[in-house]
Formats: sequence, C-alpha cells, structure tokens
Amino acid sequence: MLARIHVTLKNGVLDPQGKAIENTLQNMGFSGIDAARQGKYIELDLAETDRAKAEAHVDDMCRKLIANTVIENYSFTLE
Amino acid sequence: MKSAVIVFPGSNCDRDMAVALTKITGQKPIMVWHQEHDFEAVDFIALPGGFSYGDYLRCGAMSARSHVMKEVIKRANAGVPTLGVCNGFQILTETGVLPGALMRNSGLHFVCKDVELTVERQDTIFTSGYAQGRNITVPVAHHDGNYFADTNTLDQLEGDGQIAFKYASDINGAQRRIAGITNKAGNVLGMMPHPERMIEAPLGGSDGRIIFESVMNRLG
Repeated sequence: MLARIHVTLKNGVLDPQGKAIENTLQNMGFSGIDAARQGKYIELDLAETDRAKAEAHVDDMCRKLIANTVIENYSFTLE
Repeated sequence: MKSAVIVFPGSNCDRDMAVALTKITGQKPIMVWHQEHDFEAVDFIALPGGFSYGDYLRCGAMSARSHVMKEVIKRANAGVPTLGVCNGFQILTETGVLPGALMRNSGLHFVCKDVELTVERQDTIFTSGYAQGRNITVPVAHHDGNYFADTNTLDQLEGDGQIAFKYASDINGAQRRIAGITNKAGNVLGMMPHPERMIEAPLGGSDGRIIFESVMNRLG
C-alpha cells in the first residue's frame, strides 16, 4: 500500500520560503497569486494491506516524526 | 563538574563545547555518540550546535529520536542541568522537552555575527552570574533560529519566566525576540546563540563563559 503524505505549515505560521516563491513568481510576470505556501510531500511504501491498520500506522508516524504538530498540519491518502 | 557532550552525525560545535567545558570546569567532558543507549552519570549535559543529520526533514528532527536522546530526556526531566545550543536547542524543541519550534529565519538568510542579548532572567542556574537586564554579546550562526510558538504558549513562557534571553534587536523574526528559553523546572536551557564561542578575550569576549560558571557555582 502506498501512503502519500502532505505536510503543510499551519495557518498563521510565517512561511518565508513560500513568500519568496510568491515574490519571485510575481517578479517573473506571473500575476494573480494571492499567496504561496511551501510544504513537503513524502511517500511511504507500506507492507500493510489492511487499510484501517495502515491508516492508524501512518497517522502515528506523522504525529511522531513526519510532521511537527507545533507548526505543521499533515494529511495523507492510501492507495 | 563532570559533563557530557552529545555528538550526532553532523554536529560541528561539539569540540568547541568540549574545549569551553574543559577550560572552564578543568575537567574534560565525556563525548557521547548518538547511538549510545546509556552513559555514565554526569552533572551537566550539553547538546552542541551543528547540522545533525544534515537538517533532514526538520532541524533536529532525526536527532531528537536517536537512542541517546531517550536517556538525555530522562535525565533532563529528572533535573540534570542540560544546555542545548543552536542545533541543540532545535533538538530540545523537537523532543518536546522545550516548547515551540525553530523555523527558517524570516529574512531567509543564514545569520552569522555577534549579537546583543538581553538577560531576561537572573534567577536561573544558567544565568545567576549575570545582572538582570544586562546586555551581553554572544555570536549566532544559524539559518533556522526563528523561534515560533502559539500566543498561549508565548504568554505562558513570559508569565512563568521561562524566557532567559532575548535579542536586543530582531535578527531572525523570532516571536517576541526570543533567543533562549528554559523548561518550567529551570534545569534545561535552549538557546540559538553560542556561549561556548565567547569564553575568553581572544575569542572576542567572555560573556558566554558566565553561563557555564553559573551552573558550576550552583553545583558547587
């Protein structure tokens, strides 16, 4: 089973890298960008075949290492 | 004072810390590799600066989950004076021993210079040698020193007197200019500036030395 995990900064947490991306895109002439936020994307190839177990397992891994819940949110899909 | 310096792959201030501790305490610290599960009893634990695990995932994220940190957390929570400098501070926040997180500097630049700090608390084991409100000069060298915590946590840190040092002026976007905080019990200090690089005149000053001397005086 493949877990696709997205980690993003919480709202209200300053994201200077996202801001730099936004500014550079605007400097390049791209318009209509209200905001850019930078995050992380992580794939885990799991041996687990039971969906419910995999979900609990990935959630545990996200909370304990992959995301720092002080500043980040996470979400994931399984397929 | 018997001390230990914890060494992670990518630590690069571990030897600076060892030199400072040797000069100030007169005793060489033991150097403890991150894969150790246990180490001999010490009076003081130092988590040095550097770029442990190449700052992969988040600064300090991997180190915080290393074998040796389980033992460090146990001892820190049991009251052993523990100092985390720079990457060491990041590791302590990643373990949850200290609240908050260290994020990318707001200006995106690596900041490497001597900075002025205000001593916010004089009544901790690390700062008793300073006069309250005094300004000291200590170098910083970091890319991710922008201290973040939610408003409730920041209010609680201020209310409980856990902010040990603030930057005299903003250098990295840190909330409330926080440069260093202690845990509630006051035996764990995390700070982005490097006191071990300011321990004698040839290094540019000795303001950092007082942190180590304060702990030493307290331990007797």
